[in-house]
Formats: sequence, structure tokens, C-alpha cells
Amino acid sequence: MTVLQSRRPRKNLLLSFVAIVLSVIVFLVPFAFVLLTAIKDQQQASLLDFSWPHQFRLVQNFIDVVQARDYMLIIAFINSTILTVASVTLMVVFGAMVAFVLQRRKSRWNGLVNALVLAGLIIPPAVVPTIWVLQKIGLFRTMPGLILVEVAFGLAFVILLFRAFIGTIPRELDEAAIIDGAGPMRLFFRVILPLLKPVIITSVVVQSVFVFNDFTNPLYFLPGDQNATVQLTLYNFSSQYSTQYNLLFMNILLITIPPLIMYLFFNRQIVAGMTAGAIKG
Amino acid sequence: MRKRHIAIALLAAGSMALTACSAGSLGSSDDSGGDGKVSLSFLVDNAAETVKIGNQLAKDFTAKNPNITIKVETRPAGTDGDNLVKTRLSTGDMSDVFMYNSGSLFQAIAPEKNLVPLDEGQNIGSLDKNFTTTVTANSKVYGVPWGGFMAGAILYNKDVYSKLGLSVPKTWDEFMANNAKIKASGVDPVIQSYGETWTSQLFVLGDFANVLSADPQFADKYTANQAKYATTPAALAGFQHLQQVHDLKYENKDFASAKLPDALRYLAQGKGANYPILSATLSELISENPGSENKIGLFAIPGSDGSKNNLTVWAPAGVYIPTTTTGAKLDAAKKFLAYIASPDGCTSQTTASQPTGPYAVKGCSVGDSVPQAVKDMQTYIDNGASSLALEFLSPVKGPALEQICVEVGSGISKADAGAKHYDEDVKKQAQQLGLSGW
Amino acid sequence: MATTTVTRSAETRSSAPSAGRVRAKSPYPTWFYLPAAVIYGVLFIVPTLIAFYFSLTRWSIFDSKFIGFGNYVTFFKEPALVTSLWHTLIYAVVTSGLKVVLGLLLAVLLTSQIVARGYLRSVVFFPVLVSTIGVGLTFTVLMNPEKGLINQSLSVIGIQGPGWLTDPSYALLSVALVDVWKGVGLATLIYIAGIVSIPQEYFEAARVDGAGAWDNFRHIVLPLARPATVTVITLSLIGGLRSFDLIWAMTRGGPGFTSDVIASVIYKQYQAGFYGLSTAGNVVLFVVVTAIVLPLSRFLNRKEVEL
Repeated sequence: MTVLQSRRPRKNLLLSFVAIVLSVIVFLVPFAFVLLTAIKDQQQASLLDFSWPHQFRLVQNFIDVVQARDYMLIIAFINSTILTVASVTLMVVFGAMVAFVLQRRKSRWNGLVNALVLAGLIIPPAVVPTIWVLQKIGLFRTMPGLILVEVAFGLAFVILLFRAFIGTIPRELDEAAIIDGAGPMRLFFRVILPLLKPVIITSVVVQSVFVFNDFTNPLYFLPGDQNATVQLTLYNFSSQYSTQYNLLFMNILLITIPPLIMYLFFNRQIVAGMTAGAIKG
Repeated sequence: MRKRHIAIALLAAGSMALTACSAGSLGSSDDSGGDGKVSLSFLVDNAAETVKIGNQLAKDFTAKNPNITIKVETRPAGTDGDNLVKTRLSTGDMSDVFMYNSGSLFQAIAPEKNLVPLDEGQNIGSLDKNFTTTVTANSKVYGVPWGGFMAGAILYNKDVYSKLGLSVPKTWDEFMANNAKIKASGVDPVIQSYGETWTSQLFVLGDFANVLSADPQFADKYTANQAKYATTPAALAGFQHLQQVHDLKYENKDFASAKLPDALRYLAQGKGANYPILSATLSELISENPGSENKIGLFAIPGSDGSKNNLTVWAPAGVYIPTTTTGAKLDAAKKFLAYIASPDGCTSQTTASQPTGPYAVKGCSVGDSVPQAVKDMQTYIDNGASSLALEFLSPVKGPALEQICVEVGSGISKADAGAKHYDEDVKKQAQQLGLSGW
Repeated sequence: MATTTVTRSAETRSSAPSAGRVRAKSPYPTWFYLPAAVIYGVLFIVPTLIAFYFSLTRWSIFDSKFIGFGNYVTFFKEPALVTSLWHTLIYAVVTSGLKVVLGLLLAVLLTSQIVARGYLRSVVFFPVLVSTIGVGLTFTVLMNPEKGLINQSLSVIGIQGPGWLTDPSYALLSVALVDVWKGVGLATLIYIAGIVSIPQEYFEAARVDGAGAWDNFRHIVLPLARPATVTVITLSLIGGLRSFDLIWAMTRGGPGFTSDVIASVIYKQYQAGFYGLSTAGNVVLFVVVTAIVLPLSRFLNRKEVEL
């Protein structure tokens, strides 16, 4: 055993120890604080200190948060799920289509499309004019309106990721498929798209997390309690629960769970895909 | 691979179908039934006491009018709420009836364009003139009162005052002399709670009765861009008071992060002696600090002239009908407004929440069991020693006053700079409203 | 399975004959751009362009009136608005600077031989996934001057912590620190990828030359991780300049106006109903971001080619 280990590079134990201690203080303590406060009773939570709960009210606090304001949190979870699934699906399909043609075909459009993609990454969206446009086409304060807004703002990033990845797929594949008589739709959806699995996973995860956690766009484009998304419940509760920190933190805890699950499932793929896209892009 | 692709297509199709409607509210019934029954939506802000009153009114009204049901919806309070009300009105998608501020905020929602004018059918004759002027545009009345009048004044802890042998101050100098003694006894003289920025404005807004005592024409001149906060000594005084209190370290130590509930608790427990705030917060004060109803008194913010020290009063919010409400719903909505503007309506509101000021409807009384501070307030009003706040006498009100007051009250900027800054801020609002002279 | 796919493509083929006519049968049809272009054009390009017009108007709920450059004059005359411009720059520079430095150091650490590397990588990256509002509210509580965990802990070792979010000289920087806490994981991830992709031969050659850890870092990691640096700087600068969520959740621009940035000013003017002024703020932000990010990324990318 010892002989085997000594052949490999030695691990730096002191450095490891320091790193672990620091990571616990900097990153884990805040999460532990959220967790502990979420299961305290109201009085103890209002002290805002880092202490062991006198009483475990995990279930009761959970029920209280869910029931608050006519089950607003449930409505918000439904809304956020619809928003995330729909906008990410559209974003990925449409973005991949653009990236595919952009990467494969040299035409006079390329310069313009590339410039627009770059613009989409850099330019801050003009908020009130966007509301004006949405009003004109009757989509302001509607879920489809917000979905399309998320798609519009997220496309550029997705296109960039896909373009870099499609570049690594050999053109011979396309040619073989075309000789077999495949049209553009079949070529794209049945030959290319399946090969994009790694980058699809990456963009789905990254954009889902982004849309699910988005606060600004729902705030501007989908106001109103009935339309609340999970981030807005947090924002609304923070004024309503100014004395009920246990419920506020229970809410924070609950809306952190979906991204956490996403992450646990796709941890490796995100890292792989992100790096491929980010470095090349 | 093929399976995957189809799964994605299905997912897309499914999500598109779902998005046809967003979740809305769970288990809500249909909007309008066919059999002569009408259902009204009623938008109120989401403060706990407001929601209680809204639900009680809805319940009591339906008990009298079984064919009309009312569903209370909520919106955020404060500037988020202003924004929401404006956009819902402009997109023609307002609830059937809604509650919103009177005064300058009422003027900013373009009442003549967006609201249904009221008449005798809604008892407007029996409403207090001080209220109706704040919901009037072009000599038409648009709203009925929600709740009672409230004061922007100083709530004080009577125990602290009697222990130190202090009397209620009439002038700012007396007030500051009291504060020196309070400070010496180890109690915080003035409570401030900038964790909720709106609470910072009372020394300025609540001082307006004193401004008006010094210059009865101030509001009109102000609207016409002829009087300014920075150049009118009586108006500037509010900002100076704020600065003095900070300079002399009379604030509670955590003034920068304390929130309203903290501040009310300090006052009730006698950790702080004076809290300049709206009297409407009394209901929260009492419900969160049982036993404090007779320990807390109220006096007008003191000015320079003790003989003309008046109380600044806020008119109640209004309940309005948007022009998008038509047909049977409009009739029902008018009935509902008539109910709110009747003694029955007041009784219903009193049932839901402790009144914190006199009602604006003739024949309504708040009863005898009101807290001490409300009695103090009533005394000012009965003696004719009160006047409305500036936002009810002029449509001009800047949106950044709360941040400016926080700056002056935390020593980030001085009183003159703050007043000047506010004059600039106000200009934007006046121009936006298209007032002449700006 | 196969049938559905075939019918789908048959349908679309027949529904889009006009596109096919122009360029006989390109396997890469231009109309693939169409769905994305419509959404992007209507909801991003059009609003961006009309913003220039509306920023020249006094715009309320119902009508707009052309007033020339009045909004811009207001914007640059009011001290609170001008300082928001500086705050935006400070915030962006501080956050992206710290993300570059800390991200690189953490990446070097997390690619070296240490115990619990997997745990450390996960824990550093996890805040990236948590909602900004949640992070903001949590740290607002932790940074409470009297009761917050941070100052309580500091007082144990005898330090009187400042009012992180309530002291005007710290508020903006405190929010920036939280931003770094939340975002450094992404920077680290990008750097890890950059370092991992450096061929091992370089390190082996260096070892033969007797180079130490510092030499490795200075002469191999630093220059070869350059593309990663460019990505981190560009991404975090864009993010920093546009930042809104965290600031709004933590201070709402306060105390007073001491942590206001352009994005929060835009929102406040929007709330107040000053749509023209709000849109002018948007145009200012647009100009600021473009004027900083475009030349910078061009500069960084050019240097890269020279290497």
C-alpha cells in the first residue's frame, strides 16, 4: 500500500486542510444558516443567530410556506416550470438550427448573424420598449409573452455554444446523409441533432438554471400575484415576512432544490460542455 | 436516438399547450355565472391589515347582496404597486374594483381617462370634503374612502415622558430640549428605521401643516413652480430637523438597518421615546405589542411657532371603478362602493381591524375603545388644528424623497443639499404630468 | 417512431416550397434562421432600436411627447444619476477583477494534488446555481450590523465589524463581494478547463528544467490559460455592468443612493412612471457596455493571436 502511494505525486495535506476549512467557513456556513433558520420557530429565527434550533419545525414551516397567500408558492412552481421548460426547449431547438446553418454555410448573411449574436450577448435589453412591443402584439402580462422574451434574450448564448460544438462534427456525415436523399429537416433533426447531445445537455442545464432563477424579466414582463414565478414569491414574501425569517428561509430552501437536483444529475456534463463551449467561443 | 428526438418534440408540444394559460390561482371558480349572479374582482394591497379589511367588506357585502360575490386580489404595496396599477390600467386589464391612494398618486393614474365618475348613488354627498377633494379630477368625484384619516406625527412613549417629567412639546426647540433629557437618561430620543426607507420621510412630509401655517399659499405656489423646498425656510426646516437629529446622535444605534416592526417594538418597550411615523402603523404596534394601546400617545410634529402647531393629516385611500368595468358588473361595483361609503361599511371595517383614525363618512364613528394615540389625534382634528399633507393639495410629489431623507438622516448629505435634490426630483414628476410653469 | 419523424419532415417540406425555390436544394437552408430571427427581431432588435426614439420623449402610460435630449440632460445633471454611472464602473471592475484573480487561484488549487478535490470543486461551483435573490436575502441577514453572523463572529475575536450594507462607504463593495462569492465558481470552472487542456508535456519539460511550482504558474499556466482569462473577463464585465438582481435584493440602491447602479436607476425611473427617462438610462447603459466591452474584447483577442 504505502509503496504504491509513495509512487504517485504526494498530496499536499496542509494546503488541503486549509482549503477545506476555508471552504466550510465561506461556502457551507451560509447554507447551513439557511437550513437551520428554515427549521426554527419564529421567535428563535428572528434572533438571526447561528444556533441549533430549540424546536424542529421543518414540517410545520414547510406547510406554512406552501399555504401562504392561497398556495401562491405552488402556483409559482407551476408557472416557473412552464416558463423554464417551454423557453429552454424553444431556445435550444431554434438556437441549434441557427448555429447549424451558420457554421455549415458560408453566405453573405454570416457576418450579420455573427454580429447580431454578439450584440445579443452584450447589449442590455431595453426594458420599457420591450413592454411596449409586447403590449402592441397583445402578449404583455402573459406567459407566452414572457417565454418568448426569455427565448429572445437567451438565444445568443445558446447559438454560441452550439456553433463551437457543431464545428467539431465532420462534414462527411452531412454529405453521406445527403447522398442517402435526406432533406434539410431530416439531415438536421435525425443526423445532426442526436450528435449534439453533450452540448444540448449543457445548454439545457445552464439555461434552465438561468431561467428558473431569473428575477428581472418576470418582474418587468409578468407582474401580478397570479403570475408569480418562484423568484418573485421570494421577493414578495421578503416584505410580507419581515418578522418571519423562518418562513422566508424555508422558501429560499425550497426554491434552491430544483437547481440542486439538476446539478447533481448533470454535474459532469455541465463541466465538460461549458468548457468546450466557453473556451472556444 | 430517435426516441430522444421525439421526446423533445413532445415536450415542446406539451409545454406549448400548457402555456395557453398560466397557472393563475388554484381552485378558483368561474368569473361570471349566468343566473343573474355577478362576481367582482377587488384589488387591494397586500398589507396584512388591508387584506383583513378587504375580506371582511367582501363577506359583509355579499351577506346583504347574495347575488354579488367579491373576490379579493392582492398586489404589492409601495412603488411596485403603483407601477402595477398603472400598467394594468393602461393595458385595460384592471380588476373590476380596486383600492389605491388618493391625492397625487390618484392624479397620476389619469382618472378622467381611466375611472368611472361617481354620483349620489354612491353616497358621495355624505363624504368628508377633506376626502373628496383628494379623489376629485375636473370637479368629478371618482372614489369612496377606504379606512380612516391618518396622521403623520410623532408617536411617543408616555411612560418615558412621565418618568422624566416631560410635557408634550409645541415647538421644535422644546422637542429638542426634551430629547436632551431623554438621551441623558439612557433612552434613545428619536427612533428611525431606514431598513424600510419609506419611514424616513415623516420629518419632512409630516411637517407640512407647519409649513402651511407659515405660508398658507405654499401648496398652490409649489404646484405652479413658484415655491421651492430649498428656498422656503419653513419647508427647508423638515430637512434640517432630520439632519439635527442625526448630528446630535439622537437616533437609535441601528437606525440604518432597523425595520418598522423593530422600531415599533423599541417604542412600545420604552427603548426609544419618539417615533415620527404614520398613525396607521398603530394597528400593527398594538397587535404585535399587546398592552401598549394606552402607553403610546401622539403629537403633531413641532414647528417654530407653538401657537400654530398643527397636525398633518393623510386622507384615506380611495376605492375606484375602472372604465373597463361595464354592464352588470358596473352596476354591482357601484353598489359595492355605495356600501363602503355607508355606516354599514364602516362597521364592517371596524370589525376587521382596529380603526387608527376617524372615518371620512358621515355617521360613522370609531367607538370609544380606541387607543390613546387615536384620541390624541381626534383632539387635533376637533380643534381645527389639522391640515392635509402636501400630496393631497398638490399633484407634485417626487419619487426619490425617501432615499433623500435617508441620506440626510444618516449624515450622507446635508439638509440644503437634500432639499435641493428633492426640488430636482419633483421637477421630473411635474414635467411628466404636463403642468404649466415647469 | 420512424413514421412520425418522416411525416413531420414531409409536412415541413411541402409547407416551405418558396424557400427551396431560390437555391435549388441547399442542405443548409437560410430559413432555418427564421424562427429564431422572428423572435429575436421582434423582442430584442425592435425594442433596442425604438429605445433610441423613446429616450427622446416624455413618455407616460398613455402618450409620448418628443422633447429632444431633455432626458439625457436630466440624467447627466442629477448627481444621483451621475454617481450611478461611477458605481456601475466600480462594481464591474471590482467583481470581474476579483473573479479573475480568485478564479485563477482556485483553479490552480483545484487542479493540484489535494485531498477532497471533488468536494471542493462542487462546493465552489454550487452558489452559481442558487437564485440571486435567495443569495441576496441570505447575505442581507448575515451582514446585519448588530445581529448578523458576520459581525457577531468578528466581535468574538475583538473586531467591531462595519455596517456592511448600511454604511455608505461599504454598501456597494459589500454587494460586490457577495457577487464574487456567487460567481467565482463559474470563473473557476472556466479556468479549470483551460488548465486541464494544457498538454502535460509542458509541465514535464519544465520539471526536467528544474522549474518549481511558481515557475510553472508564471510561465506555463498564466500564458496558456489566456483564452480562459479573456472569457472570464468578458463574461463578468458584461454581467457586472448590467447587474441588477443582487443590488436590488440587498440594498435597493441604498442607503440613500450610495449603491445605485445604472440598472437600478432604470428600474426606479420605470417604477416612478418616467418611461422616457428610464429608456434614456437604457441607452446610456447600452453605450457604456458597448464602449467598454467591444474594444476590450478586440484588444484581448488580438494579443492572443500575437502569442
